[in-house]
Amino acid sequence: MTQLQTAPNLENADDFYAALLAAHEGLDEADMHALNARLILVLANHIGDQSVLEAAIGTAKVSCSRPQI
Amino acid sequence: MVAVRYQTAFKLYPYEKVADQDAPTPKRHPVVIVGGGPIGMGLALDLGKKGVPCVVLDDHDGVGMGSRAICFAKRTLEICDRLGCADPMVDKGVVWNIGRVYRDEREVYNFNLLPEDGHKRPAFINLQQPYFEQFIVEEIRRQQAAGAPIEIRGQNCVTALEQKADHVVLDVDTPDGPYQLEADYLVACDGASSPTRAMMGLDFEGRVFEDNFLIADIKMKADFPTERRFWFDPPFNRGETALLHKQPDDVWRLDFQLGWDIDRAAELKPERISERVSAMIGADIEFELVWTSIYTFRCCTMEEYRHGRVFFAGDAAHQVSPFGARGANGGMQDIDNLGWKLAAVINDGAGDALLDSYHDERKYGAMENIKNSSRTADFLTPRNPAHTLFRDAVLDLVEHQDFARPLVNSGRLSEPCTFDVSTLNSEDALPNGPARNRPGSACSDAPLTDGYLLDQLGDRFTLLAINTDVPHDLTAPNAQIDVVEISMNDDPTGALAERYLGENTSAVYLIRPDQHVAARWVKFDADAVKNSVQRALGGIRA
Ligand SMILES: Cc1cc2nc3c(=O)[nH]c(=O)nc-3n(C[C@H](O)[C@H](O)[C@H](O)COP(=O)(O)OP(=O)(O)OC[C@H]3O[C@@H](n4cnc5c(N)ncnc54)[C@H](O)[C@@H]3O)c2cc1C
Repeated sequence: MTQLQTAPNLENADDFYAALLAAHEGLDEADMHALNARLILVLANHIGDQSVLEAAIGTAKVSCSRPQI
Repeated sequence: MVAVRYQTAFKLYPYEKVADQDAPTPKRHPVVIVGGGPIGMGLALDLGKKGVPCVVLDDHDGVGMGSRAICFAKRTLEICDRLGCADPMVDKGVVWNIGRVYRDEREVYNFNLLPEDGHKRPAFINLQQPYFEQFIVEEIRRQQAAGAPIEIRGQNCVTALEQKADHVVLDVDTPDGPYQLEADYLVACDGASSPTRAMMGLDFEGRVFEDNFLIADIKMKADFPTERRFWFDPPFNRGETALLHKQPDDVWRLDFQLGWDIDRAAELKPERISERVSAMIGADIEFELVWTSIYTFRCCTMEEYRHGRVFFAGDAAHQVSPFGARGANGGMQDIDNLGWKLAAVINDGAGDALLDSYHDERKYGAMENIKNSSRTADFLTPRNPAHTLFRDAVLDLVEHQDFARPLVNSGRLSEPCTFDVSTLNSEDALPNGPARNRPGSACSDAPLTDGYLLDQLGDRFTLLAINTDVPHDLTAPNAQIDVVEISMNDDPTGALAERYLGENTSAVYLIRPDQHVAARWVKFDADAVKNSVQRALGGIRA
């Protein structure tokens, strides 16, 4: 079983981040959410592995800078 | 007095007074079935054919009006084949394979149920539920004529029930007044609002979906193809979904999602319904409304399907939303499971533990159905902004990206349940055997030189020997075992080898009377078979 990759893995972190921002340029909030939802589905399909996806969802859920009560 | 709660489509079992009603002490019957819907009648037929005397009590005298279920799955047809009533269903039914999904006015994708070759029965037929029930009852009549101990009592309404240590006492109302009778075992097949369940004070818990669906069955002469068409957000029903599906007799099922806050009475007015129908099929097409109704759906189940000598089956035990056609199809799998177990205990002296396995296996099956139909409901009826967000994302993607197709959920159609965790299964002893026929699964059909595999299996325990010999005089306590030997010459397409052997050159399968696999090996081993039969009869607990 593959493990969720949590060590830095992006070929070029700054380029990826810039591409992500560029894709959101000029979108209103609804379109921004819609884009992100589609992006998640595209990436999820690429990953495929259910246990990795669930680990990713879990990681995203607990990684929040707001105080968790 | 027996109240008439619904109109009947066919009067099949008119009230007749019977001797039990004047008996000085209540007459005892081995099995009493409460409710003569498809599930109760299916069970009666199965038991009667096995020589187990049973009485069906139904508070009406025929099949309810209105079609309700229309999609009957291959597994149901295979069960009906075993019961002897599938031919008229398939002859009358409409076979369909293609489904199309639309968003607004555009087709976003289509699917083929791809009935793999080499099965006697198609993946699905569409048939009005009253016909389905009628064909079962007609087979019961034929079996009765041949001596099967089945009795159907119309306009017999069960009003009270008391469970004793070794039997159940029932109060039954009839047009000639009330009487009592007793049952060694009682099976409640009295539908989603099960009076039996209520009389026993048992819960029925789950989720209600806050949505209304208008079902309109219309008769029209139109040359729409025989396909299932499903719309998200069509122009004729903005923001909601709709479905079009063909039935026999030029009848079509139209289904409109209406949302939660509706004026029910206004929506049910024939003019309003006709307006909706015309908007959907085109103003120039003439049609006649055959049957209309508004439904809200829920997914509920009882905690336990067995309470002492009382068993619950069909909608009485569990109710699912109709997405995926898992209601009647699920219920038929219940009686497929319960019939042989009751027969084994009543006629062949099997232990009571076998009856516990009915709950274990069928609750597992029901939870699978509830999971699937709830997930469909979540897709069709988004309950919060995130649900809507992702559903729309899926629909946006699917027009251009094939990968998104499996995410679109307009119904996950009923499949036979594999009882993977059942204690009746023996450990799989066929190395790398095909997963589809692992212990717990319903046997896959396969074409033979002459006919089909499932027709060979009958409804007793069967030892299926493929490319190897087994003794013909097998005996086991509490069971009769049939032997079916098939050689590779009998496998013209190679499907049997692919579905049952995998890499192996031979296999021996122990198959239960409901045509589920109990155990499998490469070669015959008398002790292993004996142990597995005993285990499949509930005799060996891990
Ligand atoms: C709109 C709609 C579409 C559906 N589509 C499908 C589909 O495509 N495929 C599918 O598989 N399923 C479908 N279903 C579900 C299917 O109709 C049910 O699962 C099925 O009818 C359940 O059968 P049953 O015998 O358990 O109960 P029922 O059909 O409800 O029968 C219960 C019987 O018990 C009798 N009874 C009740 N109380 C008493 C009493 N006190 N004494 C004596 N008798 C009593 C009743 O008169 C009735 O005859 C659909 C349902 C709906 C509503």
